[in-house]
Amino acid sequence: MSEDIVLSIYRGDKSGGEEVRYTVPLTPGMVVLDAVHYVQAHEAQDLAVRWNCKAAHCGSCGAEINGRPKLLCKTRLDDYQGQVVHIQPMQTFPIIKDLVSDVSWNYETAKKIPAFQLSQSAPLQMQQFDVDRVQEFHHCIECFLCQDTCHVLRDHDAKDQYFGPRFMVKIAEFEMHPRETGDRVPLLAKQAGLDMCNVTKCCTEVCPQHIRITDNAIIPLKERVADQYWDPLRALFRRKKTTTPTAPDSAPTIRG
Amino acid sequence: MSTQFATLESHTFDVLVIGSGGAGLRAAVQAAVPGVSVGIIGKSLLGKAHTVMAEGGVAASFGNVDRWDGWETHFYDTMRSGHFINDYRIAEIFAHEAPERVLELEEWGAVFDRTPEGKIMQRPFGAHSFRRLAHIGDRTGMELLRTLQYKAISQDIEIFQEVTVTKLLKDAAGRMAGALAYYRSTGEFVLFRTKAIVLATGGWGKIYKVTSNSWESTGDGGALAYRAGAEMMDMEMVQFHPTGMVWPPGVRGLLVTEGVRGEGGFLYNSEGERFMLRYDPERKELSSRDVVARSIYKEVQAGRGTPHGGAWLDITHKGPEFIKRKLPGMYEQYLTLADVDITKEKFEVAPTCHYTMGGVRAEAETCATNIPGLFAAGEVACGLHGANRLGGNSLADLLVYGKRAGEGALAYSQSIAEVPTIDPQEIEAEMERVMAPFSITHGENPFLIHEELQDIMSNHAGIMRSGPDLEEGLAKIQALTERSANMGITGSRVYNPGWHAVFDVQSMLALAALIFRGALARKESRGAHWRTDYPDELPEMGQWNFVQSVDAGIKEVPVPQMPEELARLFERGMAPGVWKSQQEGKEN
Amino acid sequence: MAQSMKAPTQQPKQAAKGMPYWVEPLFTIVALGGFVVYAIWETLWHNTGTYHNYVSPFFSPDVAGWFGFHVLTALYVVWVPFLFRFSCYYYRKEYFRGFFFHPAGCAVAEPGSRKLKAYKGERRFPFNLNNLHRYAWYLAVIVLIFLWKDTVQGFIFKNGFGVGLGSILLLINAVLLTAYTFSCHAFRNMIGGRKDCFSCVNGKPSTGYKWWKRVSGWNQFHGNWAWASLFSVWAVDLYIRLLSLGILHDPRIF
Repeated sequence: MSEDIVLSIYRGDKSGGEEVRYTVPLTPGMVVLDAVHYVQAHEAQDLAVRWNCKAAHCGSCGAEINGRPKLLCKTRLDDYQGQVVHIQPMQTFPIIKDLVSDVSWNYETAKKIPAFQLSQSAPLQMQQFDVDRVQEFHHCIECFLCQDTCHVLRDHDAKDQYFGPRFMVKIAEFEMHPRETGDRVPLLAKQAGLDMCNVTKCCTEVCPQHIRITDNAIIPLKERVADQYWDPLRALFRRKKTTTPTAPDSAPTIRG
Repeated sequence: MSTQFATLESHTFDVLVIGSGGAGLRAAVQAAVPGVSVGIIGKSLLGKAHTVMAEGGVAASFGNVDRWDGWETHFYDTMRSGHFINDYRIAEIFAHEAPERVLELEEWGAVFDRTPEGKIMQRPFGAHSFRRLAHIGDRTGMELLRTLQYKAISQDIEIFQEVTVTKLLKDAAGRMAGALAYYRSTGEFVLFRTKAIVLATGGWGKIYKVTSNSWESTGDGGALAYRAGAEMMDMEMVQFHPTGMVWPPGVRGLLVTEGVRGEGGFLYNSEGERFMLRYDPERKELSSRDVVARSIYKEVQAGRGTPHGGAWLDITHKGPEFIKRKLPGMYEQYLTLADVDITKEKFEVAPTCHYTMGGVRAEAETCATNIPGLFAAGEVACGLHGANRLGGNSLADLLVYGKRAGEGALAYSQSIAEVPTIDPQEIEAEMERVMAPFSITHGENPFLIHEELQDIMSNHAGIMRSGPDLEEGLAKIQALTERSANMGITGSRVYNPGWHAVFDVQSMLALAALIFRGALARKESRGAHWRTDYPDELPEMGQWNFVQSVDAGIKEVPVPQMPEELARLFERGMAPGVWKSQQEGKEN
Repeated sequence: MAQSMKAPTQQPKQAAKGMPYWVEPLFTIVALGGFVVYAIWETLWHNTGTYHNYVSPFFSPDVAGWFGFHVLTALYVVWVPFLFRFSCYYYRKEYFRGFFFHPAGCAVAEPGSRKLKAYKGERRFPFNLNNLHRYAWYLAVIVLIFLWKDTVQGFIFKNGFGVGLGSILLLINAVLLTAYTFSCHAFRNMIGGRKDCFSCVNGKPSTGYKWWKRVSGWNQFHGNWAWASLFSVWAVDLYIRLLSLGILHDPRIF
């Protein structure tokens, strides 16, 4: 069975570009990344694509397939039989070349989240049912597809006002840790821009790790912000959390 | 002087870490004390390194579920599975320090699965005497890497992403002085000057066709160090993981965690026989990796393989809920990539190249190599695993020796007043070499050379080896190396994978030759190294490690002898903890 | 331990063709918009919503009656469910997608007209008031209590206990509204979600944890409850309206 499939891959860089068509022989179980590699090895050595594990563990190969943010390594070509497969880089970030976009904004944003903070030393005493909730957030592979699809970043380019879904998940991971002592609610209410999110759930829809970003991270965090800033009744009874951690002053640089 | 050199971007650090995987990050975290500048270079984005592919767990003898476990037993298991060509001192420090290093992660935000008492849960794994692997479902490596990543960015460490190092540079006295590299995104060169370098670049599993390794595992660090004059040891020892995916072709080799067997999965051949009962009646599916991989291989050779040439792995008896909770990644992987629901049906597995036990020879205490100022940790180093690595030991290795390499490099850098000087001519020559492929039109295609290399390795230096086969393979590698001098590329310097592949292929070819030479020298079968012309493990061969270097070729070096108190641990023929548990059983 | 082994059955993979992105916002516009139009008509053009022992959810509790008003009585009540649903995390998704095109679909470019004004999410009035969802919830619970009272009343006819089609509709409506109310994200937070550690008191799962776990389970279907209860309210009210207009006759089952 030597069926062929037609890929239409975006070729270009900062100065512009266009989709170029390539025909690739289909093999059983082939994923889009396999086809891109085939093109690379046989037709266009300089076709840029970012990838690492090809097993949906690393989250390097996020791109947009027929307009949907997806991992190239986890998207089967037999889902697209009879169609032309259009592959484009993530649109929310500046392009470097072809399918590779410059995701450095995410790494800069990551540094704004204060480090994990404990008031006791390991070994920690925690029950499995205590950690189940945060372990969901630890599934994140940082593919940034949620950032790519988030309309706050994508359509409104409000990168200076909102950290994006990935970092709401990260903050939730620290905030809801059973023993973590930092209070990240002020960060959420102000710098992180949680109120820029209007809970339209696209991040949840595209998450290849099936993290229920909106329901389990963003909305509970919004409720915690409401607890602290919008609930006069609770304000009467509230105990203050110990500390409000901050990111380091000498923020390290990330290049490349 | 060329304009390229005149405009060269340059950075100076006290400690430079090459490799942003687990070991590299751990080293950087350790070295980044106030007043010391630390840089870390990664070939990929931060947090994407091959460490994320480690699934099953990190081995540390807490004894949270089996209270008889202790460092002695971990040490015993490691040495025994390594068939006693490991460096005992490396294994001893390792077994001692692993629990401490894992707990540290918990303090930095890692969240391990818990026991009913609320401690860190530990799961059984092949050839570990006790349930020992701390884990988070089946994505332990990712947890470890992510934790270290966020720890690192909270410290004063300068991080360079998607930067490839092409050469390690020494000063006139032979000390490490820096590295020349280029940004993958722009193709522009960048020079790093430094007092000390920690090499933490991982292994070279990508040298084989069927492999569980990600693209980065091309042995850059190994080749860089070798070319700079470092000693490489145990190069013949390449681990084949018993269970990789087999079908469909696109995912062939993708890892199926040992956790599947750890959590109770059984292996069957095409006749429905649970064949591990025959090969290792005592440890069965949880025998060491070399044994299980060889058993599957033999079954397939004997015509009892599955339709696509593997064995059946079956965990359905554990029930869907258990499987989805303990092995969510495996469930998802098979469902999306192979249309197989592992909660309902058995699935095909076959051995896949997984880990390179050999590598840069480094000291146990500081990870120092024979080149002053060069330190090595993680998969690129060697000595801990001997002839066969235990599952879960690599993650613990990253932590223990990542930290020690960071400390070693820090101490060394503080003992040096000035950053050593580099000969500008050397830099210029290297820049010319790196740019050369652009001027070769109609040259060899680096991607196709890589494919040929993988074929040669799989056919001649795979799971089953023999003298004549190895000779033939080595000759082929030499021929391919000659052809590879003519690799040419098209396009610009901006994110050009073809260009990047040229250096990957060069590194892999250099290491491939070392694997063949090591394998030819080791005229016996030991651990992962199985030679049909020398099918037995020979005590006289067990006294030697084979060390290779650019200057001295290949030489035999005696395996370090354990002091008496450690040797005594092996006298009973059973692990110290197991013995203790039996004694206790007798008393009651 | 040999056992017979069959090759795994390879099932043909279903083509991953979903519906076009505009189906969901279109449905929202039609269904939610239709309901709002209906609700305005019902509230502004009617002064009562009762038919014998049946009371429409639009008119219960009879707040207006408590103060002696008899005109536009529904207005005194409907603002509660309106606020509850307007500030509901699920409806926020639907109306931001359906009516504001922020965004109309995932990775679908927002129309240029939507970008003329700076997007501020839920940062500005009135959307920042969505933070008060919990207060809307408190009020909604009070209304729900009266709704259950009405439901019980729906089974008590002049001649004693009985079951009419209306009684059953009222019961279904009450159940759906209860499910919708108690699967609320704000309730999920207040019942236990705001705690980080569920075992830190005595090492055992706290009551809060058990409730949080249960509510989390219901919460997964919050959107389903939201739509189902919207349609059930609509159906019950329309049914009672048609009864009182004499267009329908209530069949007695028991």
